[in-house]
Amino acid sequence: MEAFTTHTGRAVPLRRSNVDTDQIIPAHWLKKVTRDGFEDGLFEAWRKDSEFVLNRPERQGATVLVAGPDFGTGSSREHAVWALQNYGFQAVISSRFADIFRGNSLKNGLLTVVLPQETVDALWELTEADPTAEVTVDLERRKVLAAGIDADFELDENARWRLLNGLDDISLTLQNEADIAAYEAARPSFKPRTITV
Amino acid sequence: MGRTLAEKVWDDHVVRRAEGEPDLLFIDLHLLHEVTSPQAFDGLRQNGRQVRRLDLTIATEDHNTPTLDIDKPIADPVSRAQLETLRKNCAEFGVRLHPLGDVEQGVVHVVGPQLGLTQPGTTVVCGDSHTSTHGAFGALAFGIGTSQVEHVLATQTLPLARPKTMAITVDGELPEDVTAKDLILAIIAKIGTGGGQGYILEYRGSAIEKLSMEARMTICNMSIEAGARAGMIAPDETTFAYLEGRAHAPEGEDWDAAVAYWKTLRSDEDAVFDAEVVIDAATLAPFVTWGTNPGQGAPLSANVPDPASYEDASERLAAEKALEYMGLTAGQPLRDIKVDTVFVGSCTNGRIEDLRNAADLLQGRKVADGVRMLVVPGSVRVALQAVEEGLDKVFKEAGAEWRHAGCSMCLGMNPDQLAPGERSASTSNRNFEGRQGKGGRTHLVSPQVAAATAVLGHLASPADLSDAATPAGV
Repeated sequence: MEAFTTHTGRAVPLRRSNVDTDQIIPAHWLKKVTRDGFEDGLFEAWRKDSEFVLNRPERQGATVLVAGPDFGTGSSREHAVWALQNYGFQAVISSRFADIFRGNSLKNGLLTVVLPQETVDALWELTEADPTAEVTVDLERRKVLAAGIDADFELDENARWRLLNGLDDISLTLQNEADIAAYEAARPSFKPRTITV
Repeated sequence: MGRTLAEKVWDDHVVRRAEGEPDLLFIDLHLLHEVTSPQAFDGLRQNGRQVRRLDLTIATEDHNTPTLDIDKPIADPVSRAQLETLRKNCAEFGVRLHPLGDVEQGVVHVVGPQLGLTQPGTTVVCGDSHTSTHGAFGALAFGIGTSQVEHVLATQTLPLARPKTMAITVDGELPEDVTAKDLILAIIAKIGTGGGQGYILEYRGSAIEKLSMEARMTICNMSIEAGARAGMIAPDETTFAYLEGRAHAPEGEDWDAAVAYWKTLRSDEDAVFDAEVVIDAATLAPFVTWGTNPGQGAPLSANVPDPASYEDASERLAAEKALEYMGLTAGQPLRDIKVDTVFVGSCTNGRIEDLRNAADLLQGRKVADGVRMLVVPGSVRVALQAVEEGLDKVFKEAGAEWRHAGCSMCLGMNPDQLAPGERSASTSNRNFEGRQGKGGRTHLVSPQVAAATAVLGHLASPADLSDAATPAGV
């Protein structure tokens, strides 16, 4: 995973709540067997409308998505995170994320930042009024900064440490091999098995 | 202090606990399918890793599989390639696979329970958000992303922060024609699509205890639509009776030891939940969705709501956008909404009891002119059981299409899709924009409402059928 320390970029204000992962990347894109090439599928249905915010010329090259509450609900598809990253987003800000999407994003180095809705409203107003306004997401200081906005955000220390260092979860877990083996040795015999080995 | 069911199962799976770190949890059962696993197997290959516990891993094909002409090569080359990738990966790593055409093939969340692999007190994961289904057995079961699929394949564990717990207590009697589906849709409408976010739900109370395993699975299945990764129901005699004798259920002394353990899996009297919701079953009625998220639902007897009636600005905007997408007008009676397609199936309502409930109402009746009805059993085993009971004949004689097992029109990854503007009554779990096909409009319903709707051509409850003409030969 790529490390995330701090990022500054222009924003896309997405005034929608309950943006489900079917909207972020429709199911027919899920037939691909790679982690890349999903950028054209991002918000595919909405992008057919030339007025959709992502299609506006002034939003090209923006890297921070500012969305309404309950972003990433629905399907567990990690493709939603890949699509956002493939398109160029580095961070998503919302007042509430769905659990699975949040977990997926942090495993891929896409920083999902939870801020109060009032701050999201302020970011919407700022970036709608001035599309060139820059937003900084600083993971080291756990802050979102923009003109007139200085907001602290929370992220548990362990997740932050893994993101700041771009650490691979599997390698970290495998350092606990002895604990896993000890647990396995003590499992009751009635637990189900799919095959006899 | 006492512990909740979720806390007991969680604690029993902690491999490692350290200050400032998420718990490392052992995973008892890992279910795989073709859509969310290819990149995980690639990751194993790139890092020279193996599947740690092949005996706790099983795969099936469901999301992409066609429900017609399954003996012919799959027409869509991209779908075919994805299924072939799963077959290649399972062969290379040694994973047990039930491919299309196999008697144990079907929707992954129907297959696990029917094989007896889903057991109380286990941890179950799958790269699919509806893994919450398995919580009906008192398992801690949740959907994971592809990075976590790779993590479980490589380590049989997951590092996870423990969620909070929420009790959803449903006491009293469900009225006639009110099903588990109506109950869960009403719960989601009450707490919202984000209401369960950060929680493991436990459904409890006398109304839940009376439910069959199939009905309990319907409820736990849609925990994710309430924002919760997992939903659970304490195992009881209904659970044990369902499991006894199944292919992978414990036997002999193991059975006795298992049941003794399973009986301990109840929330203690003095356990404290972080939140509680109480629902009186007697107040419920057949429930349908009108919008584009599963929380946008109402009793069938109600009217399409007026967005202006919402105080919250974001809910009001969401309702406006939903009505526009759904082609509905505020104040229109839900019962007047005409449908083009009726879909019975999915991991929510594709089990034998669901098919029986739909068939009971279709017996001696006909699907309305101009309505297409698809019945897609959740698994090959469900299909075989339905055929044995003659349900397939009931469906076909009524004018419905009897299809092969799979996820089908729940998400339209195979050819079973809605055309733009087409409207469905669907027993599945998601009414998102375009979920069942680009531009398609979905109303989530129970199998009973689906059957009544198919006959009358508009959203309808079973009671509406008895008000209409008496069926022929009854």
